[in-house]
Amino acid sequence: MSENGSQSNSVSIALTGSGGAGVITAGAMLLDAAARAGCYGLFVRSSGPQIRGGEAAAMVRLSAQHVEAQDDVFHILIGLDWHNIERFAVELPLATDSLVIADPANGPPPAVIVKTGARIVELHLKDMAKEIPQGRPNMIALGLVAGLTGLAEDALKAALAKVLGSKRSTALQASLAAVQAGIAAAAGVGFDRRLPAAANSGHGRWQISGNQAAGLGAIRGGVRFVAAYPITPATEVLEWLAANLTKVGGTLVQAEDELASINMIIGASYGGTPALTATSGPGLALMTESIGLAVASEVPIVVIDVMRGGPSTGIPTKSEQSDLNIALFGLHGDAPHIVVAPTSIANCVFTANWAVHLAESMQVPTLLLSDQFLGQSRAIIEPPADLAFATRRLTAEITESTAAGYQRYALAAGGVSPMAIPGTPGGQYTADGLEHTPRGMPSSQVADHMSQLDKRRDKILGFEYGDHWADIAGDAESELAVITWGSAAGPVREALSRLRARGQVFRLIAPRLLAPASPTRMAAALRGVKRALVIEQSHSAQFFHYLKGYFDLPCPVASYHRPGPLPLRPHELVEQIAKWSAA
Amino acid sequence: MNTPAVTASAARAYKSDVKPVWCPGCGDFTVLSSITKAFAELELPPEQIAVISGIGCSSRAPAYLNTYGFHGVHGRATALATGLKLARPDLTVVVTGGDGDGFSIGGNHFLHACRRNVDLTYVVMDNRVYGMTKGQPSPTTEPDWDSALTPGGTGLRAFNPLVIALASGANFIARGFSGDPNGTAQLIVEAIKTPGFSFVEVLSPCVTFRPDQREWRTMVRPAPVSPTHDIGSAARRLMTDDGFNLGVLYTGNRAPYQPPRKTAPATPSEIERQFAV
Amino acid sequence: MTEGPGIADVANLLAHAHAMESEAHERYLDLAEQLDVHNNTEVAALFRKMAQIEQLHVQKILERVGDMELPRLSPWEYRWPGAEAPETAGIGEAHYMMTPHHALSMALRAEQRALEFYTGVLESGGDASVQALARELAEEEREHVALVKTWLAKYPEPAANWAEDPDPPMHQE
Repeated sequence: MSENGSQSNSVSIALTGSGGAGVITAGAMLLDAAARAGCYGLFVRSSGPQIRGGEAAAMVRLSAQHVEAQDDVFHILIGLDWHNIERFAVELPLATDSLVIADPANGPPPAVIVKTGARIVELHLKDMAKEIPQGRPNMIALGLVAGLTGLAEDALKAALAKVLGSKRSTALQASLAAVQAGIAAAAGVGFDRRLPAAANSGHGRWQISGNQAAGLGAIRGGVRFVAAYPITPATEVLEWLAANLTKVGGTLVQAEDELASINMIIGASYGGTPALTATSGPGLALMTESIGLAVASEVPIVVIDVMRGGPSTGIPTKSEQSDLNIALFGLHGDAPHIVVAPTSIANCVFTANWAVHLAESMQVPTLLLSDQFLGQSRAIIEPPADLAFATRRLTAEITESTAAGYQRYALAAGGVSPMAIPGTPGGQYTADGLEHTPRGMPSSQVADHMSQLDKRRDKILGFEYGDHWADIAGDAESELAVITWGSAAGPVREALSRLRARGQVFRLIAPRLLAPASPTRMAAALRGVKRALVIEQSHSAQFFHYLKGYFDLPCPVASYHRPGPLPLRPHELVEQIAKWSAA
Repeated sequence: MNTPAVTASAARAYKSDVKPVWCPGCGDFTVLSSITKAFAELELPPEQIAVISGIGCSSRAPAYLNTYGFHGVHGRATALATGLKLARPDLTVVVTGGDGDGFSIGGNHFLHACRRNVDLTYVVMDNRVYGMTKGQPSPTTEPDWDSALTPGGTGLRAFNPLVIALASGANFIARGFSGDPNGTAQLIVEAIKTPGFSFVEVLSPCVTFRPDQREWRTMVRPAPVSPTHDIGSAARRLMTDDGFNLGVLYTGNRAPYQPPRKTAPATPSEIERQFAV
Repeated sequence: MTEGPGIADVANLLAHAHAMESEAHERYLDLAEQLDVHNNTEVAALFRKMAQIEQLHVQKILERVGDMELPRLSPWEYRWPGAEAPETAGIGEAHYMMTPHHALSMALRAEQRALEFYTGVLESGGDASVQALARELAEEEREHVALVKTWLAKYPEPAANWAEDPDPPMHQE
């Protein structure tokens, strides 16, 4: 392990450039090539406020093992130009043993880079590119990275061919030549981090973003109707579903706004089709009234919230975990519903699938909290097992009509009453947001209100969630526990594995099921724990306060919390956990 | 020496020092200039103007102006502007936004802003696309325009916002084109001067997601007939309009909505007397 | 949009000349800012230079104006042949990846339009002092056209794929 504690078989590379430099494309190719060479990896993008031509950074982490967080520092930074680098500098931490490649054509490297003490090597990337017909500096940079890290050439070639092969072959030839030039130039630059020799060729693994993964999970879960209103950073969930849902016989429609999209999916679901939408904080805020309608009328729906910096318009392109409160408490009245959150990019597949299963099984809205980091980062993962939940909505077959008529909201053990799908003879009923009798007629009677409130609560409290409720890992005997959720779990896991390497062990609990609260399960998970630290990415420590308010915690609990826009990094968490555990 | 009202630099005085992030080639640059030229022409003090917007590329405009402004949430700019104007009738309140913000999520508020006829000027920069979220169709997009979210196109007939404005009660309806900034400036001046809800649709091509709109400059024309005050003729014209007639198309004579304010208001204690036993 | 120039007197022509140079200056400044924001510093610098040159032209016009009182015209009252003042570079012609060749081509077209405007005034006949001034202004524009051509010659046409940006657009809100 190097002095800063980061894994020695993990390399983090950043490419920065603007105005058509193509760093994002180069970063994507790098991830793809590394995947083909058998590496794991994570690709994160950052950019300025321009829609095109803005300053951009492609941040790629490659490793022998699965990675779920950005590393503490970048080992290689290649600046195709330095435009507005001040905007990114804080996202591109460098150490003294980091390597910066600077093109003298851009002038001297900016002070903010120089003062990191990183080693700066000058290479004439633009000139090198000019020597190759149609050569581009971003391809030179790609070749440089390959040469420096030992990335297999044929993997790189395959990655290039995939993107450029269908275009004029001159583009592919030019890029290959530029890559070769980069590889050759790397020979003259010393660099000591090599990519791990691959155990296998990466064949069988997946390259996927959290947004795509959530879309896939939804399809696996049986969603066949989606209403869509674009919002950053959720739009890709919807765009992926637009392309893929129809292939499995589903329908996607663009709505005029979030009020329309939430009501459209309630309508579709009322008609018997599992339905879903995806949005972000501002959209979820608009949807809350109608989510309450789905709770009261017991219509299953799934709403994915890809969280971004809040409040209000906030920071649309950055990640944060600050929609927990609105997801838990944003409905007016007493409106019990399900809130789940994936704990990694790969887990977005399972959790979206599970969300559909929960919604359909209990006839209740399920909110899935993802975030910009999970949603828009691309990772190399093992293909997630298809757990094939036997998801079944309890529907009503009316075999005989009774004098009382079909009772849509009949009080039944477990709280889930059979739902008549329109078209079922004898099953006609009016779904209603008004409080109602078991038959479904509006009621303001105390007995009906009480019994229906109990029904809607009991059905979700009594459900068998199983082990899926949380990821529990680490040392089962440790008296110290770290509790976290969502995308924070990745950096926390890495921090804990570093601490384990130096002999410090902790228990890790990352609930996937956030609502209903699971005090009994949490207490069992914390048995024997003397102290716990809650880690999250929110300014007001929303998760910490939720735990304190709704769980019987057997021990003192501390909080490490901060808002976005910067990602949680392992060393930051190692420091916080170590400091807390020593205190 | 007297220089002519140098509207170029007098107009520039209404611009803030924040540099727009719009893509070079975007129509919104000239619409912004038209707005500033209109302000300069009317000699409005910048502090007496409020520019209200929603969310989207064109809704970034308030930050680029040296007036008061509010960059609100998606689709609600006309409502926010209505509240401001009713509370502060002394201000000149201008609403700016795009076709997605204004006619999709903002559709309901658009209807009621026209109906309520508060003295506002609504400039919509219509590029028939959601630009800021990277290219989805808006209500004014052609039915066959392909996008990732709507492969093959929506298949839905596009809105005609001018007809909707007329039907809902707007008192001034005009169409401009970003390629005709002086003409557009004139429309905005007229819109501001006309009492009631003035709606100016400005065709403003999106160079990034709708490069096909480059041909708009060959398709626009001055409206072949002069503006009408007759709502029936206006309805006929607008229903058969092909979307490229420029100019003032309709001016009504509805009185603007502005609830009267009592000049000698009662005090709370005078009001309380009603409860006395 | 108006039909050809029908300039009544010298004051009116000077008003047009002044507006033309001012608008050209403002437009080049705008373009410089846009390209700055989009990290095209080379062309931004070019546009900034052009803006400075236009500012000098504005000064020259003001020297000609001296104490004369000029008519106060609204932006739409100018008798331009096209939608905008002729010397105003077309804003729709900009592109975040444009090259100096493109920028100077834009400038050349602008100067040529300015020249055509004054020759149009000449050709439409009329007041002798207007004609005299139009002749002088046309001669100045001719010089500008030549200057821009020389400048442009330093920047050959770029490769056909000059606008190729491998990266997709970025979402913002």
